[in-house]
Amino acid sequence: MTHPGKPLIEVVNLEKDYPAGAGVLQALRGVSLSIAEGEFVAIMGASGSGKSTFMNLLGCLDRPTRGSYHLDGQDVSRLSSDQLAALRNREIGFVFQGFNLLPKLSALDNVALPLMYAGTGREARRRQAQAVLERVGLGERSHHTPLQLSGGQQQRVAIARALVTHPRIIFADEPTGNLDSETSRQVMDFFSQLNREEGITLVLVTHEADIAAYARRRIRFQDGRVVEDVAQAEVAA
Amino acid sequence: MIFTSLFETAWHALTTHRMRSFLTMLGMVIGVAAVILMLAIGQGAQAMVRGAIESMGSNLFIIMSGATTTGGARVAGGTAPTLTFDDAAAIRELPDILASAPVSPGSAQLIYGGVNWNTSVYGTTPDYAVVRDWAVDSGGFFSEADVRSGARVAVIGAVVARELFGDEDPIGRIIRIRQAPFEVIGVLAAKGQSLDGRDQDDTVMVPISSAQQKIFSGSLRNRARFIMARAVSEKSMDAAESAINELLRSRHHVGVGQDDDFTVRNLTAIAETAASTTRIMSLLLGAIAAISLVVGGIGIMNIMLVSVTERTREIGIRMAIGARRRDVLWQFLIEALTLSLIGCGIGLVLGIGGAWGVGSLTGLPVAVTSASVLMAVGVSFLIGVFFGFYPARSAAGLDPIEALRSQ
Ligand SMILES: Nc1ncnc2c1ncn2[C@@H]1O[C@H](COP(=O)(O)OP(=O)(O)OP(=O)(O)O)[C@@H](O)[C@H]1O
Ligand SMILES: [Mg+2]
Repeated sequence: MTHPGKPLIEVVNLEKDYPAGAGVLQALRGVSLSIAEGEFVAIMGASGSGKSTFMNLLGCLDRPTRGSYHLDGQDVSRLSSDQLAALRNREIGFVFQGFNLLPKLSALDNVALPLMYAGTGREARRRQAQAVLERVGLGERSHHTPLQLSGGQQQRVAIARALVTHPRIIFADEPTGNLDSETSRQVMDFFSQLNREEGITLVLVTHEADIAAYARRRIRFQDGRVVEDVAQAEVAA
Repeated sequence: MIFTSLFETAWHALTTHRMRSFLTMLGMVIGVAAVILMLAIGQGAQAMVRGAIESMGSNLFIIMSGATTTGGARVAGGTAPTLTFDDAAAIRELPDILASAPVSPGSAQLIYGGVNWNTSVYGTTPDYAVVRDWAVDSGGFFSEADVRSGARVAVIGAVVARELFGDEDPIGRIIRIRQAPFEVIGVLAAKGQSLDGRDQDDTVMVPISSAQQKIFSGSLRNRARFIMARAVSEKSMDAAESAINELLRSRHHVGVGQDDDFTVRNLTAIAETAASTTRIMSLLLGAIAAISLVVGGIGIMNIMLVSVTERTREIGIRMAIGARRRDVLWQFLIEALTLSLIGCGIGLVLGIGGAWGVGSLTGLPVAVTSASVLMAVGVSFLIGVFFGFYPARSAAGLDPIEALRSQ
């Protein structure tokens, strides 16, 4: 296994229990791994194997039941909810399967939203958001609302939103799950380019082998455990 | 986070549901308008009562012919007055009394030139001007000599002067009161409305002797329907009241255990009761209006709670991209505040307009004070914070993952 760069993410014996009836449901049963800066990782596994749970923990949206998580050398369990929010705002970008755009806001306002929580002024927000929208090829559509855009376009708006604060890591949970194969390919090409040219660390969950093939490392989950963690050759873009 | 962004976000959220926002605000609009209007009317009523009390004169007694019955004084209609001019003169001699005037009232038609005017006529003595603290604007009041001689002279009120004479100078003119000619020798200063809402300037005063001879010819000579007396000071009111009672009982030979054939009433005390009644009434009006303001606040809370539930996913998304709990709290609090303050603004406009309308329709001296405006704004702000806080806090307390999962 080749792990370029220093470890950005380091988890040891990570466990997550969900209350289920009288007992608990162990969604993660001790996951230990590290991901270095600049890696492109695909996480695979059957439905219910704990992939989303793991992503939510890595994305600081949720806290583990047991085990430790260091992000960039920092023990995440020691951070307050405000500090976690700041981390999500500045270091982390999310791309979801269902896009998760605010339906009443224009593409531009959706993309500018993280900058508002970063305290950026109104004009700077609009300028930066417009620039990122142009990068994802939607400069002309900035005043459309999500409902006026196709699924692929919506996902590009969501990617622009994830990118606007220049995060070091992007977590994408089945980003192509709602897209056709052609659009999926465009999105994945864009992700590869981001990873290659800007060194953004990418962790993405997918069910599809051809999507996972874009990554250089593949981790497979089963029943809350890592059962496979292999390096793979990058698909030529 | 920057506050202008918060207001922008709130404004956007509120304009997305225009009708709902408008209906939510309506509660505040009505509440604030009601508070402003009720306070203005209350203040107007109080000002009017104060004015009437001031115009009445101070430390006043009215002594009426007729017995006191339980539950108040009754002057039996049609019965002959029991009070005499000499009673009035004797009361004046009491040490605590400053002045005392017998009054023989009635109404009569006045004629001057081609103009007719119906007004109230008071037959009385010069003491009446002292008792009522009533100055003359031009000319003078009639004298004791005029009363003794039954002179046909009259002092007219400001309204009568205006209606009969217009711009003409009334002094020295002859008017007819029920056909009898009287010379106008003075015009009274304006006093405005009395406590019972009559225009006190719509009156004519003549010597009581002349009134009984020439105007109310059916009335008993030397008898007064009532006597008005003024005590020397507020402190001497109680002493004066018992002195009058004692004096009249002995003058009228009322035996022990017999009912008085007269009634002494402290007008100043009655006026104070009227003033405090008005005060309580206006407080009550304000309180009722304030309740509608609170109801408006509950309406805001209700809609904010619905809004938080509807927008759970939005909250989750905002948290995922970096909103802190307090950013979410502020977002919903500012939304509630915007609703309540815009509602307050519209309510102020309606309330002030309504007060102006009521003032010009009823002639009540309604007054929208800056204190009541400040109070309405302050209370609306507090209502926005108070009723917005609970929904905002429940939004801020959401778990990001659960919020993202909700549909
Ligand atoms: N909030 C929750 N409360 C209770 N159980 C949960 C919760 N979230 C996940 N689970 C359970 O934890 C297990 C792992 O769920 P997770 O969403 O991580 O699976 P996944 O690998 O992402 O599956 P999929 O491929 O279907 O998205 C599942 O059995 C799921 O039912
Ligand atoms: Mg999943």
